[in-house]
Formats: sequence, C-alpha cells, structure tokens
Amino acid sequence: MDDSARRKALAAALLARAPAWQEARERARRLAHTRTDDIADAARLADDYRLLAHDLARARELMPASRTREYLENTYAQIHAALHQGAQHLGSAAHRLLREDLPAAMRWLLPYLWWTTLIFVLAALAGYLLVERYPDLIALVAGPDMIASVERGKLWTDGLLNIVPSSVLSVQILANNIVVSLFAYCLGFLFGLGTLYILGLNGLMLGAVFAFVGQHGLAGELFRFIVAHGCVELSVMCLSGAAGAAVGDALVRPGGAGRMESFRAAAMRSGVVLLACALLLVGAGLIEGFVSPNPRFALGARVAIGVGYWLLMVLLLSGRLFGPRALRGV
Amino acid sequence: MSGEFAPELSVESVTGIDVSLPVAGPGARSYAFVIDWHIRLILALTWYVVGAIIYNGRLALNAPLNNSGRWFGLVLLPAMAIYFLYHPLVELAMRGRTPGKRRAGIRVVTRQGAPPSAGALLVRNVFRLIDCLPGFYGVGLGVMMFSDQSLRVGDMAAGTVLVYEREVRDEPPPQAAAQRLGALDADGAEIAADLLERWPSLEPQARKRLARQLLQRYLGAQAELTDGDELQWRARLERLARPGS
Repeated sequence: MDDSARRKALAAALLARAPAWQEARERARRLAHTRTDDIADAARLADDYRLLAHDLARARELMPASRTREYLENTYAQIHAALHQGAQHLGSAAHRLLREDLPAAMRWLLPYLWWTTLIFVLAALAGYLLVERYPDLIALVAGPDMIASVERGKLWTDGLLNIVPSSVLSVQILANNIVVSLFAYCLGFLFGLGTLYILGLNGLMLGAVFAFVGQHGLAGELFRFIVAHGCVELSVMCLSGAAGAAVGDALVRPGGAGRMESFRAAAMRSGVVLLACALLLVGAGLIEGFVSPNPRFALGARVAIGVGYWLLMVLLLSGRLFGPRALRGV
Repeated sequence: MSGEFAPELSVESVTGIDVSLPVAGPGARSYAFVIDWHIRLILALTWYVVGAIIYNGRLALNAPLNNSGRWFGLVLLPAMAIYFLYHPLVELAMRGRTPGKRRAGIRVVTRQGAPPSAGALLVRNVFRLIDCLPGFYGVGLGVMMFSDQSLRVGDMAAGTVLVYEREVRDEPPPQAAAQRLGALDADGAEIAADLLERWPSLEPQARKRLARQLLQRYLGAQAELTDGDELQWRARLERLARPGS
C-alpha cells in the first residue's frame, strides 16, 4: 500500500468516529454548565479525553489545515477545561478559604507583617517628631480647613454628623480605605517600593496629625475619635502592606521558579488576606460612620468596640472563628 | 473573529497531546474592553437617571443639597457599584467571560487551559488599579505589548491568559464526509461534503463553478466537465465522493 492510500485509509477510519466526537462534545458542554456528583460522568469524560487526544494527534498529522482538525482542537480544549475546572461547591470553598487558606496565608505573611508594622510605626514616630519640632510642616499633610479648625480648639470631626449622615460617611470612608488597602497591595508590583511609600506616607500623616492636635490639647479627643475603628483600620493597613511586601519580595527574590511564577504565587497567596482585609474594612467603615463621630458613645464603649472588633479580626485571620468548634455549633 | 494567526498557549496534558489555545492580542482585548465599558456605563447611567427621576419625583437629575442618605444609598452607590464592580462580578458569574469578551470571541483561562477560580478572577481584577494607570490602561497596554502572551499585570498576578474561543459549527464537519471519502483525500471529502450540504443555498452558477473546480482537482483529465444541468453536476459530485469510486 502506498503512502497516499495509507493516509486515505487512516483518514477514513478517523472520520468514521465523528458521532463519538459529537457525543463527547455534548457531554463536555453539559458538564461544564451543570454540577454532577456522578462518578460515571467523570469516568466517561476521562474516556472522551483519551479518545479525542488520540484522534486529534492523528488529525494534526493527516489533515493539518482542515475543519476536522479545528473541530477536534476545539472539542479537546472543551473537554480539557471541563475536566480541570474546580469544584463548584461554593459553601465548602468558602469554608476552606476561611478555615485553611486564610490562616495559612497569615502564617506565611507573618514575617512581612512584623516588618511593615515596624515601618508604619517608625514613619508615624518620624511624623510626630517632625511636626513637634517644626509645627509648620503640618501644612504638608493637612488642609487649611483642618488646620484652622484645630487652631480654634475643635477637631474637624466635631459635628461631622450634622454635615454628612452616618450611612454616607460610612460608605465614603470604607470605599476610600479599601482602595488605599488595595493600592498598598498592588503597588507591591513595583518591587515593594510602592507599598513602602503608601505605608510610610500613612504612618507619617498619622504621627504628624497626632503631634499637631497634641500641641493644641486635642490629642485625647482625636484618640477618642479613632479608637473604635482605628484598631482594625490601622492593623489592616499593615496587613495589606504585608501582602504588598510579599508580592514585592517575590519579584526581588524570585527563587528557582522564575520571577513571573514567583510573582503569581505570591499574589494569589496573599490575595486571600486582601479579601479578608476588604471585609474587615467594611466593618471599620460602619463603625467610623456610626460610632466614632457620635458624641453619645462614651470612651469606655469606644474602647470596648475597638478592642472587641480587633479580637474578632484576630480570630478570623487565625481561622479560629470558623474552626472546628464553630462548625460543630452550626 | 478568529485566532488563526495568533500565538498559541500550549498546555501539556496527561494524554501527551498538548491542548492548543490561540492567545488573544491587545486588539481583541481592547475591543472587548470598549464594549464592556459601554455596557457598564450605560447600566450605571440608566440606574442613576431612573433613580434620580424617582427620587426627585420629576424629570430632574440633580443631587439633593442635604447629603441625603437615601439618595446616596439608593441612587449614587448602586450606580457606582455597577460601574466599578462590573468586571469582577460578571467574570465570576460567566466563568471568565463578559458580554464584551463574548462579542470579541475571547475568554479568560488559567495557564493550564481551565476556567479560572474565583480567587484568580478577583486578583486579576484588583490589579486593574495598576493596569489602568496613569490613564486609558497605559500600564496594562504597555506591559501587554512586551509580553509574549499579551498579558497585563493582572493576568501575570492571577496566572490567567485570554484566549480566542474557536468558532466551529456544532455538527462535526466530517460526519457526512466519512461516508464520502471515495476518490478523495480527507480534505477533499470535507469540501465535497460541505458543498453538497450547502448546495440548496448556493446560486446556480456558484454550484456549477465549485463542482467543476472540485472534479477537475481530483479527477483531472478523467473528469466529465461537459456542461449540464444542476442535477447532473450534483450527480457527478456525488459519484466523486462515493466510496470506492
């Protein structure tokens, strides 16, 4: 048999399997859009995958520029995607995220967290000392209205609820905080420098403002305003900074896997923490809108709310909030 | 839209036969983005306009002067949420697709060719903050131009790639051809099957011309090419494709 006849016979045999391809294609499409726990479905799909792989290899050789090959490439890719898609159990995925992935990511981020916290504290200290020594520098971090208000002996937050309702204030604050937090994470892409800049700037501003209000006898008032929401808000700032620093470190010291793969792994791993940060900032925003500017809340209540929410954050991040005990209670 | 000339994402498979997916370039991605941008803008504006008219009780779009919580919560906030959360939410719901991507014939997959996880979709959308700097997706487009697989920073972070969805007809093309291989090779059988399938929808002149070309190509000098009516041309074509002919 000459080569041409052989190829023709092979092609004929290949084309005769078209109904099986169509069946496999329909099965892949069905399983890609619906959930199934049937093991037989998975087994059939695996068989389809092997059949298609075999036929596609043959089609690539026998009819490289044909519609048959195009059809087989497409069907093979569909079955590949259906076989490799993740489980669609949202509930169990969320539980795994909160009980396993989040605590694991936190343990991994811990060294970065210490460093970013140190940088934030040092920046705040620097801001405090600078404004203490050179009070005019406050103009670099605070607006003229804010400065004028403090010089009149009043915090800019006094009477805030007369101007903006709590609901509006909350959403504005939490949206702003989430964006800052996400930027601190994303800017880790600049080899960690962007993250350091955001952390340093925020620390510097906090220290400078505290020094300035302290010079006008309002430090206690500012602490009273901040304590309820600030414990979590500042912790989350350091946390998102830690996530950004991890991303930056992955780019600076990629290891054997290569820079791109190392960046991807770090971004995905620390992204879990970012999700928790965003959720925590929603709570902090609500506290900042409804509790912090409201003069009816006494200092004790504010401290209790602030510390309580912070402990809740620790439980969430350590996985204990949804740990085995919590599950048994459900 | 097709990825005929696109670079390919080749995914190793346990079968030993790579899965090959054509990678979408900056053009297709921008096209999809522009469509999605218009959709989210229209949706957000529609919400705002309808909400403002209902809130004001008349044909007026202006915001109240008193910082109303109801205005903020029912009109402004949802409109902003539609605009800013469109991409992550729609990609999550449509498993890596959006209406714009669907129109451009592309979808998001992992580097393993599978649908991306929720985490990967969220991370790739968070990094839009960087990709859209300093405006008009400057960073994203710049990085894409220098990346082999046209990746923006978000794709690098999430391990995702945008690939073309191959547009093929649902019925397997060679099904009819399988019985018609006859004197033809596999490609010829496909063309003959295609031609016979499309026969009723073709112009009479086109039917004759295409049948003549096919007969000439596969039978050469032996082909019977004398003019005849359409039924004759069809019969000749069917003879050509008949097994054992």
